[in-house]
Amino acid sequence: MSADMHSDKKINAEQIQLALEGVSCAGCVSRIEKALQAVDGIESVAVNLADRTAQVDGTANVETLIQSVKDAGYGASEIQSVEQHQEEAEELEKKHYKTLLRKCFLALSLGIPLILWGLITGDMAIASVKAQVAWGVIGMLTLAVMVISGRHFYIGAWKSFLNHSANMDSLIGIGTGVAWIYSMVVVLFPFIVPEEARAVYFEASAMIVGLVNLGLALEVRARGKTSQAIKKLIGLQPKTAKVVRDDKEIDVLIDAVQVGDIIRVRPGEKVPVDGEIIEGATSVDESMLTGEPMPVQKQVGDEVVGATINQTGTVLYRATRVGAETALAQIIQMVKQAQNSKPSIGRLADKIASVFVPTVLLIAVVTALVWFNLGPEPRIAFMLTAATTVLIIACPCALGLATPMSVMVGVGKAAENGILIRNGEALQKSSHITTVVLDKTGTITVGRPEVTSIVAVNGLDEGQLLRLSASLEHSSEHPLAQAIVKSAMNRDIKLSKVKLFKAIAGHGVQGQVDGHYVLIGNEKFMQDNSIDIDDLVSVAQKAAEQAQTPMYVAIDKLAAGIVAVSDPIKEDSKDAISRLKKDGIRVIMLTGDNRMTAEAIAKQVGVDSVFAQVLPEHKSAKVVELQKQGECVGMVGDGINDAPALAQADVGFAIGTGTDVAMESADVTLMRGSLQSVPDAIEISRLTLRNIKQNLFGAFVYNTLGIPIAAGVLYPFIGVLLNPVIAGAAMAFSSVTVVSNANRLRLIKIGRK
Amino acid sequence: MDIIINLIGIALFVAVILWFWVMPTKASSSVVSGNEIINILVEDGTYKPNLVKTVVGQSITLRFIRKDSSPCASIVIFDGLDVSKELPINQPVEIKLMISQPGEYKFTCQMGMYQGVLIAT
Repeated sequence: MSADMHSDKKINAEQIQLALEGVSCAGCVSRIEKALQAVDGIESVAVNLADRTAQVDGTANVETLIQSVKDAGYGASEIQSVEQHQEEAEELEKKHYKTLLRKCFLALSLGIPLILWGLITGDMAIASVKAQVAWGVIGMLTLAVMVISGRHFYIGAWKSFLNHSANMDSLIGIGTGVAWIYSMVVVLFPFIVPEEARAVYFEASAMIVGLVNLGLALEVRARGKTSQAIKKLIGLQPKTAKVVRDDKEIDVLIDAVQVGDIIRVRPGEKVPVDGEIIEGATSVDESMLTGEPMPVQKQVGDEVVGATINQTGTVLYRATRVGAETALAQIIQMVKQAQNSKPSIGRLADKIASVFVPTVLLIAVVTALVWFNLGPEPRIAFMLTAATTVLIIACPCALGLATPMSVMVGVGKAAENGILIRNGEALQKSSHITTVVLDKTGTITVGRPEVTSIVAVNGLDEGQLLRLSASLEHSSEHPLAQAIVKSAMNRDIKLSKVKLFKAIAGHGVQGQVDGHYVLIGNEKFMQDNSIDIDDLVSVAQKAAEQAQTPMYVAIDKLAAGIVAVSDPIKEDSKDAISRLKKDGIRVIMLTGDNRMTAEAIAKQVGVDSVFAQVLPEHKSAKVVELQKQGECVGMVGDGINDAPALAQADVGFAIGTGTDVAMESADVTLMRGSLQSVPDAIEISRLTLRNIKQNLFGAFVYNTLGIPIAAGVLYPFIGVLLNPVIAGAAMAFSSVTVVSNANRLRLIKIGRK
Repeated sequence: MDIIINLIGIALFVAVILWFWVMPTKASSSVVSGNEIINILVEDGTYKPNLVKTVVGQSITLRFIRKDSSPCASIVIFDGLDVSKELPINQPVEIKLMISQPGEYKFTCQMGMYQGVLIAT
């Protein structure tokens, strides 16, 4: 790599912090210190063995430093937290804001007196040598202001011109430049311009430069607010961790924590990084990430997530994911990525924006020629004013900002509510959803079924039936099976071993327990095995009507009873479904459960229709069926079992995955378990889309009305021709308006709040 | 005088069309690359270079170095690739890409004012 390339990279950093790997002894410390000191431009090096960091002062670039540590046989990476990045970015933003304001004040302090002079005296003409000298001086002052306050416009315009492209800078640069050059020609060579056109426009150049700078400053301000959601997320992360090394507790910067480090967290403290508890038990408030208000109990072996708050006990845990790998870092990354992606609704605006500026240049030329050939006298002055005004009023920014600003705020707003939207397209599609398909288990219901009733016949008692059933189901992984096993455990029933276990998917299980041949399954399973269940059918039906799932048990080819299992409905499922219906969305429940149970649950929560007894592999076919009917389908389910259906749907919502974001490929990830997140997500997407449309409409109308008016189409009818300064003000504030309108989204309140 | 001004106007009109539409954007430096790092300067409203060529299936690293303090420059978006990155001022940001389909992939700022293109063959 060449030396001049190095100069492009980050140098002159006064202080660099490195996280070190493989450092275990004092010998390592001195070896690393020597290696770092050997790098050119290093003033001092301090390696800390306790927290395994190195602090380097000097002017070397980070990569050279890291390489020198690697050459010495160790690993190193730069410690620079997301927060630090954010702070630096904000600092620069503030500086930029202040610079813009300064430039604005300088330009306006020349422009405003000039305008007042023109308004009060009405004398901006070059009629005498004295006026020539005076305006010549003012012209040079204007040039100075343009160079100091507007340099970025002219450089930007020139550079992009060389690149065969044009942007806002080009318009401002040409507009103000033309006004100044014309004025200077009038001052220096008045005789080549007709007498009545010998007026100067220095005030326009100065005012426009000032106003556009003001507009940019306000835009920077407003833009800062659009990323507030991200700032909130970043702010959740604690700065240090209490790492236990050699029985000593050391405060270590969060980015120096390594995988495998043992960390202590006391009550009231934030969990610094993701990990697994190795000592102690506690309850953790995870609401900041999942929105779930109830604290979660944690014991040895359980996972804890960075940025959540430890509440009751002191625990030791081993760090398993640090830095960019933590759940929080991944959530932040995902939200940022989504904020920058564009929904297709913005495509047209993008296409227009890309040809916008050259088109405006053409319009300006045509305007000039029309005024010159057909306009009244002084036609040169009219030509100049109209062409300049066209250049200045056109605002590609408003058009370009319309979509991204709203997406940024909308996606951020969703994230604040525990809803992670994958990209702009998912946001747009969510707003079009006409049908929501809900998986039953884990979506409408809690997903932890419990045994609710046991009916034993043919001489068995409940305990015996449960023991044989649970012993058999112990070998099965089905959630219903686990409910039976759990119920037996709760009653301290001792389970027996199973022989010849066999599971028939979608039907039931069979096997030998204590010498008995046991079958558990649905009605069809019993019929297939020629078991007479006539006496039990009415009991089963009754259970199903009460939204329980009945399972027949047969022992040695004889019907032995029924175990009914029920999965409690989530508290707010009903409200969520009624909200969806209120929004005009059809709600359908999809389940593998039997029709009667499914219908009973559907009735309880108010679902419109039910697809029952759907085998897992047929779920996505049901979605296709709905899509063929012209519905825009949102499918809600867990991200693992329902993955194909989620992928098939127009928008796939993965529910209740908590902080395990990385696993998900759904369009929308609902971090909290509540079904309310679905109407929330749809509502946010609808409001965001509406906001985008407002912005696009505003930007289109502004430009399609503004440009013709600036060109003077109204002049023949009502004698109105815009002043370039007014055009400058309109242009400067049009993009601020777009950003401010997007910011309005931050304040919306969604349905249930 | 009238004729001169009209001719200048018409010449300008034609020049705008030629310069911004007809003439290829290739005029800015383009780089053909294999497995290497390309430095792209984000400055004064442009990406430099704004044309990068790569070969399908080969990984390419674009290192963006943003000098421009205007907020427009703060994000680069690769539209067809679902990739976007924040570009802090003066901090090189590397984007590793491997294109699987030949074609032209635009990279732009949020507003599409900064424009560059990645051509995969």
